[in-house]
Amino acid sequence: MTENLAAFLYLIASVCFILALKGLSSPESAQSGNRFGMAGMAIAIITTLALPGVVSYGAILAGIVIGGAIGTFVALRIQMTALPQLVAAFHSLVGLAAVFVAAAAFYTPEAYGIGVAGDIAPASLVEMGLGVAIGAITFTGSIVAFAKLQGLVSGAPLVFTGQHYLNAALGIALVVLIVALVTGQSAAAFWALTAVALLLGLLLILPIGGADMPVVVSMLNSYSGWAACGIGFTLGNNLLIITGALVGSSGAILSYIMCKGMNRSIFNVILGGFGTDAAGAAAGATGDRTVKTGSAEDAAFLMENASSVIIVPGYGMAVAQAQHALREMADLLKEKGAKVTYAIHPVAGRMPGHMNVLLAEANVPYDEVFELEDINRDFTSTDVAFVIGANDVTNPAAKTDPKSPIYGMPILDVEKAKTVLFVKRSMASGYAGVENELFFRDNTMMLFGDAKKMCEEIVKSLD
Amino acid sequence: MEPATIADGAADLANEAMRLSEQAADLAYEASRMAFEGGAGAEHDPFVFGLTIFVLACFVGYYVVWRVTPALHSPLMAVTNAISSVIIVGALIAAGPADFNFSQVMGFLAVTLASVNIFGGFIVTQRMLSMFRKKK
Repeated sequence: MTENLAAFLYLIASVCFILALKGLSSPESAQSGNRFGMAGMAIAIITTLALPGVVSYGAILAGIVIGGAIGTFVALRIQMTALPQLVAAFHSLVGLAAVFVAAAAFYTPEAYGIGVAGDIAPASLVEMGLGVAIGAITFTGSIVAFAKLQGLVSGAPLVFTGQHYLNAALGIALVVLIVALVTGQSAAAFWALTAVALLLGLLLILPIGGADMPVVVSMLNSYSGWAACGIGFTLGNNLLIITGALVGSSGAILSYIMCKGMNRSIFNVILGGFGTDAAGAAAGATGDRTVKTGSAEDAAFLMENASSVIIVPGYGMAVAQAQHALREMADLLKEKGAKVTYAIHPVAGRMPGHMNVLLAEANVPYDEVFELEDINRDFTSTDVAFVIGANDVTNPAAKTDPKSPIYGMPILDVEKAKTVLFVKRSMASGYAGVENELFFRDNTMMLFGDAKKMCEEIVKSLD
Repeated sequence: MEPATIADGAADLANEAMRLSEQAADLAYEASRMAFEGGAGAEHDPFVFGLTIFVLACFVGYYVVWRVTPALHSPLMAVTNAISSVIIVGALIAAGPADFNFSQVMGFLAVTLASVNIFGGFIVTQRMLSMFRKKK
């Protein structure tokens, strides 16, 4: 295969990837978009295999079969609630692959036409250094994110004194090592760079708390794209550059949307430690105010007589795997003549769009599910707001109390509904460590218990 | 017509022709210089060429991703994860040569890792997307 033909086929693959993303603008076109993505990948792989320098098909085929089998097995078996940790784990693999490819390019630059070992073009080395650094950060960062999401390590932010100075020092070390790599061309500099970047990835994500994970996962998504970009520059491969840029900007936009959903800057999230110190201060203020509690029968009675119900799901629903029971409950309410819709806050769950997938899994039609800005004004005319596993995203303190850590965050105006039903396991405050004023309102009824059991009991009472 | 006027006219014409030819020569020189520069431009640093593509691709990504409906942000993440494994292209080239060396081992490992991602990413995206249904 000539180089020109290969470049042309790579261009077709790039266009396929763009179409894959474009398909996601609506659920109808999304599946055909995904097929474009697969086709693009197939074109890219077959084109590369047909290049004159690629001859050891045995080893390559073995790698693809082993990797493909693992990937297929995991993807078919994974539960939809565990999606965030799966995506984090996948990101780590892209990061590690980028490190390996950079290492291969460093030791055998001839294969990529970027010089000979020990005499690689300086520009290629800079790009290689950046690629390997971003790849290594993505690798360890994603592993920490995976461990936190999977519950292998505590989701609590891990902070210690001098943390930011240490990270800054490591960041400077990265720059110094890239310079050393370019000037000295030594393998020692290459591996030192890799080691420092691995450590930095670890330290960057450790201080970030569990509920900031939507931002972290999007950020690592972005990094994995930039890593591919760096490698693409090193190898002078346009397909890698284009795809890396697409993925990088996608992750960056998602991070931005998530940060805006929490009214926090990306720096605030990256610096971490959120939700640790405020908890103690707020807990004292509760005093001995009383809340109104109710049973499943009470909730069933209220909703039976409601003409409209808005369901507000949160991470608690995912933890309790309550989506199927919830949908059953909604079906019964619809049979009884109520209008049931769902309201999704941008940061509900542990990754962007997490709740939408869980509801879709439970066969909730996507045209009953609305984003915050599309449904927020409907709460005023709603009889019952059914909050299940969400807390901070409904807290009116975000609108009224400038001292609150979540002040300014866009929230769902559930308090404007005639009655608010809160399914919660206990009175514990939410992730931000802030007391929710809503619990003590007259029109609020707390339903204490496991989200799934509560839904099942309500279903029983409705029958 | 006076022979003198004809001679004057001829001289004027000759001058005109001379000026025109000079201008033509200038133009030709200009053109050749531009052609030369154009030829040199094609040999720009590959980095500049790559950077052009990179910046344009960022813009494409920006506009395409903002149009993705928020309901499909999880599939977006899964599918971008799958396509970022296009890094397998670099891995295949590393694993490709017939002679066995360190780079080939690195390439083989990278091919395996990227394959996990490609298959896993596209399949899990397909699983998610197949669940999104409209009201019956």
